[in-house]
Amino acid sequence: MNIAEHLPVLVIVIPLMSAVIIPLAGRANSLYSWYITVAVTFSCFLISSSLLNTVMNTGRISYWLGGWEPPWGIEYVIDYLNGFVLVVVSFILFIVSLYARKSIEMEIDEDKTTTFYSIYLLFAAGLMGIINTGDIFNLYVFIEIASLAGYALIAAGRKREALMASYNYLILGTIAATFILLGIGYLYMATGTLNMADLREKLPALYDSKVVLTAFAFFTVGLSLKLALFPLHIWLPNAYAYSPSVVGAVMAATATKVGAYAMLRIMFTVFRVDFDPEAVPVTKILLVLSSIAIIAGSVLAIAQTTIKRMLAYSSVGQIGYIVLGAALVNQTAMTGSILHILNHALMKGTLFLATGAVVYKTGIDDISGLRGMGRKMPFSMAAFTIGGLSMIGVPLTVGFVSKWYIAVGALNAGMWYFVPVILLSSLLTTVYFWRIIESIYFPRKTKDRGQGAGGRGQNTERRTQSADINTPESEIYGEAPLGMLIPTLILAGLCIFFGVAAFLPVSVAEKTAAMLLGGM
Amino acid sequence: MIELIAGKYNYWIYITLMMIGFYAMIARGNLIKKIIGMNIFQTAIFLFYISVAKVKDGTAPILWDKAVIYDNPLPHVLILTAIVVSVSTTAVALALVIRIYKEYGTMEEDTILRMTENRERTGGNG
Repeated sequence: MNIAEHLPVLVIVIPLMSAVIIPLAGRANSLYSWYITVAVTFSCFLISSSLLNTVMNTGRISYWLGGWEPPWGIEYVIDYLNGFVLVVVSFILFIVSLYARKSIEMEIDEDKTTTFYSIYLLFAAGLMGIINTGDIFNLYVFIEIASLAGYALIAAGRKREALMASYNYLILGTIAATFILLGIGYLYMATGTLNMADLREKLPALYDSKVVLTAFAFFTVGLSLKLALFPLHIWLPNAYAYSPSVVGAVMAATATKVGAYAMLRIMFTVFRVDFDPEAVPVTKILLVLSSIAIIAGSVLAIAQTTIKRMLAYSSVGQIGYIVLGAALVNQTAMTGSILHILNHALMKGTLFLATGAVVYKTGIDDISGLRGMGRKMPFSMAAFTIGGLSMIGVPLTVGFVSKWYIAVGALNAGMWYFVPVILLSSLLTTVYFWRIIESIYFPRKTKDRGQGAGGRGQNTERRTQSADINTPESEIYGEAPLGMLIPTLILAGLCIFFGVAAFLPVSVAEKTAAMLLGGM
Repeated sequence: MIELIAGKYNYWIYITLMMIGFYAMIARGNLIKKIIGMNIFQTAIFLFYISVAKVKDGTAPILWDKAVIYDNPLPHVLILTAIVVSVSTTAVALALVIRIYKEYGTMEEDTILRMTENRERTGGNG
């Protein structure tokens, strides 16, 4: 029995089992639970990388759970698409778990930290499961595992608003998951199978069936809710804004990406590219919705006063990009869409982690709280700036690459009117990031000094302006601990690295796009 | 028309139940009533799966001499899993409601929203 054969399932089993071990280890010393979490997420990352490597060299991996032959047994399939997403998600989970220790000490009650890590790994197991599985009912079960863990993670903080945010997410998330379950039921009724590859073979004969159409509709609505596509995004801003910083980072960088992955899987693997029913023009509806999402997300982000809420609304816009690229249905745009899964995970991860560092030091996540932070926390703020520039899409950052591909893809599809949408959204993004970057580095004497940030904020502001950095105050507000700084800087560095060496992710994304649009 | 209603009554039952649950989840302001709605909503889907599995004149899917025509057991198994999921969701939701009640002292969504808004307003001025 070769252990390497079982890697596709081990990447799920290891975090699942460790989630049970952690509460026991945490009884001895709560630090052990953190060690285990880091070790587990790191091993998941290694396994994912090796799986992607295998896929690149030898092609699609099919793993039969318990040795039962598909379509009867549950099959785990790794191909370019989920190999790529698996590496992205496991890497983010690893980086955030490194970062988590200090931030969690600050933002979560001490007696809850052990449980927090346990649930974090359950969440990881759920996400890995969604990505790996080749069976639609299994997909539903893992969606629910990840969501249930997600509700608990959001409610883990001390803010009481987080409870309502979590509850609302639970209600909407359950509606979404139940819609998906209903869609699965309809597909099973029509075809008698639950295996994705088998469905792909059997469905084309039934494309005119109303049952199949209904199933597709339920999948689209359910998954759109899960990935927070405008106008189904209402659960997202509060969930990200009131949860602990670590949770905001991990949810923004992974959960919605996995939702986007599931949508691509259903749209292009279970159903084929040529499935575009006349009765319900799905791709056209998605094109319109994603364009609105891109613009509305950016506009709403401008209106926000706290950083996390602003980042959350900007996520709504970025998800729009991913869906737009996919709904354009051509090679270039699809490449951009898949790249954006990686790129948005890196950028949003950087931004949320840098914000978490500010919250750790000052306890404030108001935009006004960032005033003059460029001198006090130079490295965190440098990371924030890189993340912000990436979001705008400045060349040599990752954001530029994927936006470029999606824009060129829109031109190739003859739909030039999406290019202004992308440009306008970039301009709006510049508006909301630039005002922050400006106040980080060039704190001015502002008119609203009387109101606003309150006593402490004004005090620090004056000290910064007196240009004397070595005041005791600025020492208190010094740089975040290394345990938080290093993960943030790694992500920020990757934002630049993959922006310059874009050929690395592009080569994988191009193969993925070709696979989705071509056969299989 | 009668054929459509009477011949497929199982679907009508599940659709009605589903809509009742859906309505309660969206329109009710009480957090517990929303959870009740959620349970009805999920149960409707279970009934749908179970009724789909029924084969005319079918027996229970067990090893038995008379079990020549038997119901499809697979949806039953799927729904067992879905019931477990539903129970866990309800548990998490109830746990959340207990904590919400401890923090806010109420289970009415409107009151909680008003409290949050008031706090934000006073927090902004002060």
